[in-house]
Amino acid sequence: MEISKKDVDYVASLARLEFNEKDKESLTQKLGSILNYIEKIKEVDTSKIEPTSHGASGENFWREDKVIKSSQKTIDAIFKNAPDKEADFFKVKKVMDTEEE
Amino acid sequence: MKNKYEVVIGLEVHSQIKTETKVFCNCSTDFHSQPNTNICPVCTGQPGVLPVLNKKAVELLVKTALALDCSINKKSVFARKQYFYPDLPKNYQISQYELPFAEHGKLNISADGKIKSIGITRIHLEEDAGKLLHEIGSRQLDCSLADYNRTGIPLMEIVSEPDMRSPQEAAAYLTALKNLIEYIETSDCNMEEGKFRCDANISIRPVGQKEFGTKAELKNMNSISGVEEALEYEVQRQIETVENGGKIIQETRTWDPNEKITKSMRSKENAHDYRYFPDPDLVPVNLDDVFIENIKLTIPELPEKRKERLIQEYGLPEYDANVIISDKALVNFYEDALNNTAKDAENIPKLIANWLTTELLGKLNNAKLTIKESPVKAEYLGQLVSFISKGTISGKIAKTVFEEMFNTNKDPETIIKEKGLVQISDENEIIKICQEAADESPKAVAEYKSGKERALGAIVGLVMKKSKGKANPQMVNKILADLLK
Amino acid sequence: MNEIIKMSATTLAEKIKNKELSSVEVTKAFIKRAKETDPKIKAYISITEEYAINQAEESDKKIASGAETGELEGVPIAIKDNILIENIKMTASSKILENYTAPYDATVIEKLKKAGAVFIGKTNLDEFAMGSSTENSAFFTTKNPWNTEHIPGGSSGGSASAVSAMTAPLALGTDTGGSIRQPASCCGIVGLKPTYGRVSRFGAVAFASSLDQIGPMSKTVEDSALLLNVIAGFDKKDSTSINVPVPDYLETIKQDIKGLKIGLPKEYFIDGLDSDVKKSIEKAIEIYKKAGAEFVEISLPLTDYAVAVYYIICCSEASANLARYDGVRYGFRAECDNLLDEYQKSRGHGFGPEVKRRIMLGTYALSAGYYDAYYGKAQKVRTLIKQDFENAFKKVDLILTPSAPTPAFKIGEKSSDPLQMYLSDIFTISCNLAAVPGMSIPCGFSEKGIPIGMQLLASNFDEQTMFKAAYSYQQATEWHKQFPNI
Repeated sequence: MEISKKDVDYVASLARLEFNEKDKESLTQKLGSILNYIEKIKEVDTSKIEPTSHGASGENFWREDKVIKSSQKTIDAIFKNAPDKEADFFKVKKVMDTEEE
Repeated sequence: MKNKYEVVIGLEVHSQIKTETKVFCNCSTDFHSQPNTNICPVCTGQPGVLPVLNKKAVELLVKTALALDCSINKKSVFARKQYFYPDLPKNYQISQYELPFAEHGKLNISADGKIKSIGITRIHLEEDAGKLLHEIGSRQLDCSLADYNRTGIPLMEIVSEPDMRSPQEAAAYLTALKNLIEYIETSDCNMEEGKFRCDANISIRPVGQKEFGTKAELKNMNSISGVEEALEYEVQRQIETVENGGKIIQETRTWDPNEKITKSMRSKENAHDYRYFPDPDLVPVNLDDVFIENIKLTIPELPEKRKERLIQEYGLPEYDANVIISDKALVNFYEDALNNTAKDAENIPKLIANWLTTELLGKLNNAKLTIKESPVKAEYLGQLVSFISKGTISGKIAKTVFEEMFNTNKDPETIIKEKGLVQISDENEIIKICQEAADESPKAVAEYKSGKERALGAIVGLVMKKSKGKANPQMVNKILADLLK
Repeated sequence: MNEIIKMSATTLAEKIKNKELSSVEVTKAFIKRAKETDPKIKAYISITEEYAINQAEESDKKIASGAETGELEGVPIAIKDNILIENIKMTASSKILENYTAPYDATVIEKLKKAGAVFIGKTNLDEFAMGSSTENSAFFTTKNPWNTEHIPGGSSGGSASAVSAMTAPLALGTDTGGSIRQPASCCGIVGLKPTYGRVSRFGAVAFASSLDQIGPMSKTVEDSALLLNVIAGFDKKDSTSINVPVPDYLETIKQDIKGLKIGLPKEYFIDGLDSDVKKSIEKAIEIYKKAGAEFVEISLPLTDYAVAVYYIICCSEASANLARYDGVRYGFRAECDNLLDEYQKSRGHGFGPEVKRRIMLGTYALSAGYYDAYYGKAQKVRTLIKQDFENAFKKVDLILTPSAPTPAFKIGEKSSDPLQMYLSDIFTISCNLAAVPGMSIPCGFSEKGIPIGMQLLASNFDEQTMFKAAYSYQQATEWHKQFPNI
């Protein structure tokens, strides 16, 4: 099962990952061999089986609607890691009309 | 040209659920806070953090769903909706995909004088994204600034069936939906604060065609009138496109409220690949019948039902009932007043309705006050109307008393006593005053006796003056007529 | 000093409490050892000397004043560098987090602080815990203290090495597909992955949310139980943590194992098994039999599909979990002039090749049109794998297998073939898919002197039976008393 270059480009754009040409070739080849291997799950008969989508078996895990304010120390610590900021905001390159949502 | 085509509209509403804290962390949802002060490691998507569901958000969503006649799914699952954007810290939004909390509901609207039922496909719970600023005041920025206060606030996404057939119906739906949600207090629905947002899907098809036409998605309509305007424009645009031999492209268009047009958004693909999958950090929610019943009990009598009751139980005309139920505080005031009237008073419901809608609302509007700020308490209005009904004071005197009540916040009984305004209904006393007045008005008496009925008015006026307006007017008329026979 | 670094955590905790040793003295001994050996071993991303000494001084003060002390008062522990300690750098061994300072404590860290533990340093790992050899670290490869040409295992290779080289008596690792057990096996120490939901994940960098668990790494089984006592427990910040009371794991550890039924899954004892591994396991089986355990052949029929299922699921979940690393709020941000590039270059340059490969695989498996065939299908096969274990545990109390098909291979041997690397996880991977607990205990050496490990698996929340059996084995053997010559 091979993966086409078009598919690789599409998936890379979905995942916001840049590859140079050399890496892309190596990736395409390695992904192809991994995809080839995982095809084997098709052999298993799962016609009457429910998926396991969670690690835990619990349900209804929820909490009270009570405000717990972050300490200034924590907010400062969050901002400390910001690559760029201005006043009270996190700063990024300008968002154009090509918004996702 | 318009009659050749049928318009098909579906609406997606995002309404912020009225909780104190965000949906997956304990940060405050306060709208007026300074930027990036209601944040924590969880809602800013730091490494290693995990979401924990806010129970109240679920309760209020289920309450809304029940008020919209939805069926509640026994099992509900959260899903990750994946896309990259600077206002979305995890670059996925926790939302719902395959098993939303509620489905298959409806909302009635008034369209063209008829009741129409608009289907509600589903209602699900998701987290809001943050805010991005691209300008400060009028200054355009060369960057974008992110504020994560709003990130993680719970939203209910209410998706309608494509049942609306005109922009007017769409506006009616939004109005009815907003009123209902405000009524049951599950959201503030403040559109200026972005707490009630609407996207529209609109297509046209030739009349008679069964298949839907290609739809366009419209965004950025920030008021109900804006939605109606945008849809009107889009209907025209689509019709013109098709009439000129063009095709409608499935795309997202943004409404420009300044230029009053919709514009295509430069998106790369038509369909976003959100790669939904069940969120492994959150376990499913199982709602049993007891839970749902308990939520049902918190739903107050809804406006339509309340209106029906006002008409049936109290005999109010529809017009009056409509006015009163238009505002939840108003109808509460009305019923409070009603509950504070004397048991032996007659014709109370209509009387109170009149006094409320004409006198009180008139005065409140002039003073720019809301019913909640009324200086006249509901119980006092009830008492005043009881006095009128029982004849303790005349309708005319009542207006004086009411004025005093409005200006001094006092109860009617106190005012009546203080000003000695109790209506004179003692027959002997009225006879005495009438006799006096007749004696002092020989000309009027003569005219009346010679057939001029209206001459009585002058004598009645004198009686009122002598009794300082307190004589029971009906009795005065009768007694004078008898006296002058 | 030499004596101190060879002591178990249990012994150290006792001696510190008795004031025979001070925490400062103990901490300094391990730090000295770490500084001596790490240029060669490279187990540590950072040795937090000042922080540790401060904590040690606090512990000593507490003990001197007679105040209440914790179970690990004054005992040093190394922490895998994908677990957050407030105010300390946390890198996940990735360039994309090279300069990130943790703004909060993980729940396990809060518990360790309460127990009085001393954090000696952050240990190396495969980048974002993705790997089986620690060769995927963006910074450097950790060496196996028994033979520095060989891998220490992964992804918790740094923690395993640190304990094996006697630079810390205890360490924390994380295990998603064997990342505690396999390096423990490679380095000749004890490593345990608890039942999914037993230990809080809050504050551990998420790799695959439905598979990740934090677990103890130590020289002895007793130490492992001591550490699990501290870190286990329900956490209201983790919706996947299970509200089951934590027993005292030390209480039942010395019970005898007469009549204990241990299953040997035939799918794990295949012809290709390395002969040294086979011999060590066979000897171990004899020792268990002598202690009164009974062996039953069982079958875990879906074993062959586990690696495929695992990689689809963990890569899919990881592709979403790693989306947040975009240089917007934290982490590496590339120089560029538009937003799209900012995302693509920051992530493109900040992530290493294995991480990018797994994100690509996961994104592909979840993308439109492929969900049912890959992710959807894998989740169903996972249900069958879970059922395999449920059925097995109806017949047996524990399952015994080799921890890995071969002893630790040489550095560079498999790094160019990711698929080969993935297949080396074959014995540890099913356990995470089934959510059951698993443990690796040293059980011998290869002819070249590389450690070999044996794995025990138990049913959900039955860590006690695992401890019992492992303790019994360790009492009858001396593997845990051997130290590398480093």
